[in-house]
Amino acid sequence: MLEIKNLHARAGDALILKGIDLSIGAGEVHAIMGPNGSGKSTLAGVLSGRPSFEVTEGSVLYRGEDLLAMEPEDRARAGIFQAFQYPVEIPGVTNNYFLKASLNAIRTARGEDELDAMDFLSVVREKMKIVEMPKDLMGRSINEGFSGGEKKRNEVLQMLLLEPSFMVLDETDSGLDIDALRVVANGVNHLRSPERSMLVITHYQRLLDYIVPDVVHVLSEGRIVRSGGKELALELEEKGYGWIEGAAAP
Amino acid sequence: MSRILEEARDRFLALAGEAPPAGGLALLREVGLEAFAEQGLPDTKQEEWRYTRLTPLAEIAWTNAPAAIGVKQSSLEAAAEPVFGCEPVVFVDGRHRAGLPGGAGAGEVAALAESAEAPALLGTLAEARSHPFVGLNGALCQDGARVTLRGEAPCLVHLVFAEATEAAASHPRVLIEAAPGSRGTVIVDHVSLEETTHLANAVLEVEVGANASLDLVVLQRQGKRSFHAGHVAGRVERDGRLRTHTLTLGGAFVRNDLVVTLVGEGAECAMKGLYLGTGEELIDNHTWIDHSVPQCRSDELYKGVLAGRSQGVFRGRVVVRPDAQKTEAQQSNPNLLLSDDAEIDSKPQLEIYADDVKCSHGSAIGRLDPEALFYLRSRGIDVDEARALLTRGFAGEVLAALPEPTLAEAVGALFSERLERAGESP
Repeated sequence: MLEIKNLHARAGDALILKGIDLSIGAGEVHAIMGPNGSGKSTLAGVLSGRPSFEVTEGSVLYRGEDLLAMEPEDRARAGIFQAFQYPVEIPGVTNNYFLKASLNAIRTARGEDELDAMDFLSVVREKMKIVEMPKDLMGRSINEGFSGGEKKRNEVLQMLLLEPSFMVLDETDSGLDIDALRVVANGVNHLRSPERSMLVITHYQRLLDYIVPDVVHVLSEGRIVRSGGKELALELEEKGYGWIEGAAAP
Repeated sequence: MSRILEEARDRFLALAGEAPPAGGLALLREVGLEAFAEQGLPDTKQEEWRYTRLTPLAEIAWTNAPAAIGVKQSSLEAAAEPVFGCEPVVFVDGRHRAGLPGGAGAGEVAALAESAEAPALLGTLAEARSHPFVGLNGALCQDGARVTLRGEAPCLVHLVFAEATEAAASHPRVLIEAAPGSRGTVIVDHVSLEETTHLANAVLEVEVGANASLDLVVLQRQGKRSFHAGHVAGRVERDGRLRTHTLTLGGAFVRNDLVVTLVGEGAECAMKGLYLGTGEELIDNHTWIDHSVPQCRSDELYKGVLAGRSQGVFRGRVVVRPDAQKTEAQQSNPNLLLSDDAEIDSKPQLEIYADDVKCSHGSAIGRLDPEALFYLRSRGIDVDEARALLTRGFAGEVLAALPEPTLAEAVGALFSERLERAGESP
């Protein structure tokens, strides 16, 4: 589904990704772990098309197409979804209006009919239950005044609504207490299917107890320095990132 | 004064000589004429007009609108559609249009030219000499309305000022009296029947009685060749509340002056403004809130969206007189520039002569937040739609303060439509 080759990217003058190779098949869940500054969020940003990152070398194919040539909205319409680490607050635009516009843009791209207000309401209510989202958040401005947990629930709610094919979770666990983490992970697991793939980026192993990966990669200084099964995450947790960095040194 | 402004003044003076007599308005006309003849049109050397050149307005050979205008009934009805929940009272080129449904269920509305006592009440709040366009309005006024709100049941009055005649100037005068304890909303709605070059020079005198509560909505939705000068002079008595909503959605040239004096303790004034400039439009808002007695509050929020090569001017003056202790006054003027060629000159001006007050002010100029734009796009929303949504969101705070949700919706839709039509959502 996703084929990353020799990916180099920078933010401003700093080269952050220094040659990533990664292949994710349909239905697979890959986790990316790594210390702060290793390039995890840059990788997520490059995949969703954040303008502040510049790809200097390498390629990303999504279902055989050149993902890097696509605008952010076209990526979303093709089924890419990133749950952001820090969802932005947008005053003046209600969550309800936004989610409906977003869902209808995606549905139109998939060749489905747009939902009217009533149909949208019944769909969104059903998804809100899954992430235990308070009803009043729909009438409020996007993420404005939401708690950290509410913002993350809102991200997963969008994911549930849009039913993407490829999901990038960028430190979705950060700032969540254990109950919120369980709810959010449960929402994500709702979407697991043989047709969907995920890239779960996290600093801690804890999230991977709930969203169990098929493959774990360790990112360090812009490169994948080790890959393994889910037990690699446990090993990291036990030994710390110093162990990997030491091992990767010449 | 430049030659072009002098010629324009002389042309207006000549028009006053040719204008048909308008019954009881004779005194208003005489006083206005005298004041305007003395003052003429201001040039940019005057501080109040520093950023606002009147030359484009002065270059047009304005005429008096004919008394009976052949206007298509259908376009009139479309312009005067009762979208705001009540039947509008319609004026065409500044004169009351009889024969249309209007005024039903509203507060008391009388056409000035047909009213015996109203003309004597004009000119006390908006003095002819206070402003060149007030003098001009008096000199050439043909008609207008007297609106009276009484009783505790909320009143809703919708006045439509429609522009029809090419190169005509209209000078409507409106007197709004909210009797003590009354409450209501008055919408003054300026609209073009077709794309015409028209000057609407409206003067509104607003008296808010003790314990009365009035929402005054001035909606400017004329065409892109329209010129507009709007003057609101208001006075708020003890514990009265005046909320103004000045919504400018376009026009080649728009100059709004609002002067509100809080004269009774506990009086409140909220001034909200939203202005959208596209193309080469110039939109100038001058406001003045005068705290002359203790314990009054004012809260001003003007938001500007400027696209294309448009120019915005904001000057917000808040004066707190020596006696006006315990005043609370806030003012804010955030602006959103949608293009590199758009311009805003913003000048908040607090003059405080009392020592026990709480006052703040600020202005800001910004662009659409790239993070917010990316967020919307990453959810499949088209880049143009995302920009439109964010711009509408910026305006939302002002619209949310409107007294009727249906009004906020209607104005919001107009706002988005204008922005889209300008093709300048960048």
